[in-house]
Amino acid sequence: MNKYETLYEALANLDGYIYPNEIALNWDLLIVMYPYVTGLVAGAFILASLNRVFDIKALRPTYEISLLTALSFMLVATMPLITHLGQPWRFYEMLVTPHLTSAMAIFGFVYLWYLMVVLLLEIWFDYRYDMVIWSQQKKGFVKFVYKALTLWVSETSPESRKTDEKIGYFITVVGIPSAFLLHGYVGFIFGSIKANPWWSTVMMPVIFIFSAMVSGIALVMFIYMGVSYLRKQKPDMMALDTIAKYLFYILIIDFTLESLDQIHRIYEADESFDILKILVRGKLFFTFFIMQIGVGVLIPLTTLGFLQFKKPRERIRKIIYLIISICVLVGIFYMRWNVVIGGQLFSKSFYGFTSYKVDLIGGADVWLSVLWFIVPFFILAFLLWLLPPWKKNHEAMH
Amino acid sequence: MAIKKENSSRRDFIKNSSMFAGGIVLVSLLNPLKMVYATKKPKGKGKWYGIGIDIEKCIGCASCARACKVENDVPNEPFFFRNWVEQYTITNDDEIKVSSPNGGIDGFKQPVPDDEIYKTFFVPKMCNHCAKSPCTQVCPVGASFESPEGIALVDKSYCIGCGYCVQSCPYGCRYIDMENGVVDKCTLCYHRLQKGLDPACMMACPTGARIYGDLNDKESAVSVFIKENNCAVLKPQLNTESKLFYNDLSQEVH
Repeated sequence: MNKYETLYEALANLDGYIYPNEIALNWDLLIVMYPYVTGLVAGAFILASLNRVFDIKALRPTYEISLLTALSFMLVATMPLITHLGQPWRFYEMLVTPHLTSAMAIFGFVYLWYLMVVLLLEIWFDYRYDMVIWSQQKKGFVKFVYKALTLWVSETSPESRKTDEKIGYFITVVGIPSAFLLHGYVGFIFGSIKANPWWSTVMMPVIFIFSAMVSGIALVMFIYMGVSYLRKQKPDMMALDTIAKYLFYILIIDFTLESLDQIHRIYEADESFDILKILVRGKLFFTFFIMQIGVGVLIPLTTLGFLQFKKPRERIRKIIYLIISICVLVGIFYMRWNVVIGGQLFSKSFYGFTSYKVDLIGGADVWLSVLWFIVPFFILAFLLWLLPPWKKNHEAMH
Repeated sequence: MAIKKENSSRRDFIKNSSMFAGGIVLVSLLNPLKMVYATKKPKGKGKWYGIGIDIEKCIGCASCARACKVENDVPNEPFFFRNWVEQYTITNDDEIKVSSPNGGIDGFKQPVPDDEIYKTFFVPKMCNHCAKSPCTQVCPVGASFESPEGIALVDKSYCIGCGYCVQSCPYGCRYIDMENGVVDKCTLCYHRLQKGLDPACMMACPTGARIYGDLNDKESAVSVFIKENNCAVLKPQLNTESKLFYNDLSQEVH
């Protein structure tokens, strides 16, 4: 939140008229991170399920990495929200006394469902056999850890592996709508606020789902290349090309939906249109036109589109994929920014604007946001050490 | 007198959790929209408070805003208000200018020369105490709730400070009290009403531009005011069933 000491200091940052209580932004960078991180989880999971449920074999090398990426980000997904609360120690009230007419109240349950029932179970069934083998090979404390992770089930018969496979498949099938639910639901938190015309659109959950898929796929692409580089292994080009192809398709859908939303807004031009027009052309010009659409959509879309017709050498393709994945990740970050911050820059009186500047040095919201983006990478590094996909026994697997 | 709250306690949660899953299915089968559709209608024949503001009578002195700050410990700096006054000026060129210097407390100056003014007037603003209040609908823990008298209140010992209600109020009437990390808003001086006293802003208004009373009682000052004047509410299209009625409200006012 912008910290103004006095009213007259704040007034210098206003244009036109804004309700006095709207001067300081109530939701800051941390609330931008919240849908961003949650979206990465949902997207990474969808990519994993493309391999598992839709049987796209080329994506096999990224299956475990996608799942572990989803888990790493899922573990911190609620942290931006909790650390933003005015009373962070009361967060559990949302779980024990949820107020059922509130969209936000149900998030805790959707989150727990997704974490406990979908992600953890799927990873457990996927790794169960390997963990049994590793627990037999390792010694000392690590042996105990693997034993504990298998929940002391040591069955390795082919029948048990078939059962693992069946249950894992079933969980993935349940997981796809759950991933949609998780992020569509985050979209609904914003889309259901009728007081805010920038948020209040029925398209919001759908746009959030597709933008989540785009960002999650780009993240896995980035991490897969990074992990391969660190392990000094050549990444599987077939897998990368396939990820890029899906990124291209889903980016088209995402861009179409967002355009539809804007075109509808422009054509209908209701009472909020004049103020939103000034908002988008003015305060959001850089973050919306340059970053979200230019960097996040047009550059990736034209490059990936080009790659569908002409394939340059592998080395060039790898560099292109690296740049594109970063572009998409940056673009989706700004998409979240434009929703969350953009929705608070204009007054609900429709007569003016406030402003928001990120305090790079002193702002608690900034370093907490950075923290919640970096922590998942450390969790992922740990998970990849504990459950290395490249040491799995891949025989008779999906 | 204790305030009757409608949110559940932890004990209730534990008691009900076993019935919860089945209950949800049943409720969604029987009445799928009731869970999410927030409508609160007056129960019984108790008081149901409404407020009237006579724009013609408001002179922009902001005594109401000042009295509210003192009575309710609303921070003087930087800029939070439970209650403030706006000055609207519409020029001959159809330009709309709105101002509210320190909520009106610092006094209004008219920057537009008299001969360029088409019309100008003051609009006092405060919580609309909506019958279908979007702010209590979205509160994730039920700390924001509606009293049986139709007054939107906040249980500050329970509020988690998420700010969702601040976002959902179409009228900008809520703010996060930075010192305590919880939300704050107009209570129509509920503590005074309980003792049979008038709200501070009503007491302070020197011209009688502010009226309040029981909407169920058709003889009450506010009911008579609504009957005798051409009243309107702010942003009626949002269907919040605001109970803050303005006499002769210009369409420029949002």
